[in-house]
Amino acid sequence: MKRLDFEPTFKCWRETARAALSAELSPEAISWSDGEATQLFEPMALESNQTRYNVPKRFMEVAERVVCHRSQGRWDLLYKVLWRITHGERHLLEVFSDVDTAALYKMDKEVRRDVHKMRAFVRFRHVVQEEEAWYVAWFEPDHHIIRINAPFFVDRFAQMRWSILSADECAHWDQRHLTFTDGVRREHAPNRDEVEELWRTYYSTIFNPARVKTSAMLAEMPKKYWRNLPEARAIPELLEQAPKRVENMIKASDAKQEAEIGKAVVPAADLDLESLKKAAAGCEACPLYRNATQTVFGEGPLQADIVFVGEQPGDQEDRIGRPFVGPAGAVLDRAMMEAGVVRARCYVTNSVKHFKWELRGKRRLHQTPNARDIEACRPWLEAELRLLKPQYLVCLGSTAANAVFGRPTKVLQNRGKWMESLYSKQTLITVHPSSILRARDPEQQEKAYGDFVNDLRLLVR
Amino acid sequence: MNLGAKLSILADAAKYDASCASSGTSRRDSRAGGIGSTTGSGICHSYTPDGRCVSLLKILLTNFCVYDCLYCINRRSSNVRRARFTIDEVVNLTIDFYRRNYIEGLFLSSGIIHNPDYTMERVVEVARKLRAEHGFKGYIHLKTIPEASSELIDQAGLWADRISINVELPTETDLSVLAPEKNLSRIEKAMAHIRGRIDSVKAEKKSKGRAFAPAGQSTQMIVGATSTPDVDILVRATNLYLTKSLKRVYYSAFSPIPDASARLPVLRPPLVREHRLYQADWLIRFYNYKAEELVNSSRPNLDLNIDPKLYWALSNPDHFPVDINSAPREILLRVPGLGVRNVNRLLVIRRWKRIGMLDLKRLGISLKKVSPFLITLDHLPPRSERFESLLNNREKSLQQELFDDWPGKSDNGTKFPYAG
Repeated sequence: MKRLDFEPTFKCWRETARAALSAELSPEAISWSDGEATQLFEPMALESNQTRYNVPKRFMEVAERVVCHRSQGRWDLLYKVLWRITHGERHLLEVFSDVDTAALYKMDKEVRRDVHKMRAFVRFRHVVQEEEAWYVAWFEPDHHIIRINAPFFVDRFAQMRWSILSADECAHWDQRHLTFTDGVRREHAPNRDEVEELWRTYYSTIFNPARVKTSAMLAEMPKKYWRNLPEARAIPELLEQAPKRVENMIKASDAKQEAEIGKAVVPAADLDLESLKKAAAGCEACPLYRNATQTVFGEGPLQADIVFVGEQPGDQEDRIGRPFVGPAGAVLDRAMMEAGVVRARCYVTNSVKHFKWELRGKRRLHQTPNARDIEACRPWLEAELRLLKPQYLVCLGSTAANAVFGRPTKVLQNRGKWMESLYSKQTLITVHPSSILRARDPEQQEKAYGDFVNDLRLLVR
Repeated sequence: MNLGAKLSILADAAKYDASCASSGTSRRDSRAGGIGSTTGSGICHSYTPDGRCVSLLKILLTNFCVYDCLYCINRRSSNVRRARFTIDEVVNLTIDFYRRNYIEGLFLSSGIIHNPDYTMERVVEVARKLRAEHGFKGYIHLKTIPEASSELIDQAGLWADRISINVELPTETDLSVLAPEKNLSRIEKAMAHIRGRIDSVKAEKKSKGRAFAPAGQSTQMIVGATSTPDVDILVRATNLYLTKSLKRVYYSAFSPIPDASARLPVLRPPLVREHRLYQADWLIRFYNYKAEELVNSSRPNLDLNIDPKLYWALSNPDHFPVDINSAPREILLRVPGLGVRNVNRLLVIRRWKRIGMLDLKRLGISLKKVSPFLITLDHLPPRSERFESLLNNREKSLQQELFDDWPGKSDNGTKFPYAG
């Protein structure tokens, strides 16, 4: 057996193979040596030869990739297949189950997978070199693929300056030329990038803890890639927390299962206010009824032109059973009087009809109703407003504004101007009177009160 | 709120959309300017521990929403934290991630704020900015709002590679119960409109106009939020493929969400069922099976223990065994253990030699799986009475169990068995 020495490139292999074919050297008679393996056999020189061999295009395509494979056996295998193709088995690549064809395709597949993984897992880091922005990546391919894969990155990042470093070979693109240099060590690559934290945030958030399936992840992203993937650092923690997160979701949901039934069900449409009020008295659509004394429904004449919507009843309202009769009601009364609005001709109601509270010491402390509470109670408010068809509708505070507009609506940005809502063409947003009571000092309080009265004056203009 | 906090809210809100495909679009590169490329096949840039690929930056423009769809984490009545990206924040985040090779592009969706047109305008503006101002050649998938005006949907299709509208639930009844603001016929009309645009732009494309959603349209159905059986789901999917020329129907196992509505089951997501639906979907699209061969009114659900192809073969023993050296392509495709690629290869090999078991082995085919169904040069399977017993012995279907303890009341701790 003789040894054929050649440069381990596709071009060199092709020339050497052509010479070997024309010298009629059978695969068993020669050993291919790219200088990497131990050299057992006598070297042999071949004359260069320009004889053209007609081989299927498919073979050349596969061969170009297979030469990138890291296995030593690739040269012998390539020549063996070439020999058989040129010696009576031109269709050999179509016999996928042939032992040599199968081996060749297996190598080809491994290289293609490596190429694909490089396109997926290269992570550029942004650095500034001589006042120019460069994007530099470190990658550890299984096979010699940096060169054949570089054009993909040129297509994609043609207007960036970038380098992909590896232990074998490095590729560089300066927006014009693609160049290759010798391999370097990992320490040459930059070790951080300002966007990586955001990327990790995204990666961690997009993970669904209820669907843990690590085998599927590992099949496509084996651990060997992890040390060069900035997001992989998050994996252990994500896996550790997943069971807890799912358990919490279930616990929360079980608790709610107990509590929540859904939305209030308003009885048939042609009701008057009085029967609505009676129906609402027995409402158990949300859990708030359990801790409240009674449903506090709206109050006022059906003919009212002006409807005030507040947040929810407070401690006194809950005990008395009428809206706006506590301290906030007193502020409202005074302000209405000052603005010239007659309360007896208005309808006054709340977004949520039960008092929501938590116990602090011996006091029942007001708790702001959340989106679900508002949603559950909305049918009552809608039914009231449908009957009343108010000319003017006033939202007191953000809960009322959210309930009336059906979306988060800022009070301070929108107060004091007429807006159109589903329930009235002239809808006004202002603060809740209780916010005036909470003012930091008398001066602030006076100003807040004055602004409130000013808003209400719009109703009598 | 800083960008990281917004990102975690708005990516969390988007993760229940299964689609992450970045394939099937036109080829583009940035050699003449801009940034990005597409090759026709997608790239998965990462994988999360749930085994799903990360190909696109999948986010919501905002998770504020005026709708109240019960299965959705972003519904109006949900207590999740809310956030809203500015248009530029989304554009810059996409470019920053893309430059570092984290992603293939953007999948943008949104909660409905103010009204459908207002929302859609902003979604379209993100895509326009990326394409027109940054020369972005990467992949863009826009979730379309069926209630938005057709002019806006048309614009979306001009900037995006793919547009999608989720049908979410397979029947009108499901939809009216769980998503009161949605309406199946309106969704279907919007899909039909998109199909019309894709077809007509393709027809006039010879005049080198801009392509309209070159990667086509797709949709998603949630599985397991209602008791609707597989047959309704697959029949609906088949019709959508047929009438709307959809590229993909995604099936998403209903998964517990934070602050879930109490009217929904809190179970481990029916992942096996989801998997079986995908298998059935594949059989319908690439193996010429009809939906009614896999599920029908007398057998409304796919078997959870056996994949649908094997199930069909076991229930149709008179079709087997088939001779690998003479059977036509459509028959070979029905052999459990043979995929499209191997069938194509076997047909080529057959031109040159008679096929034996060793050939199958070298192709990487599992002999154990195929041997009961195939006659080869050196193999003849024993008579197939055992098909019957295989069918009868299989365990009780898990499918029923999934609903036995609906909606989530279970004493034996079987919920989320893998959570421990």
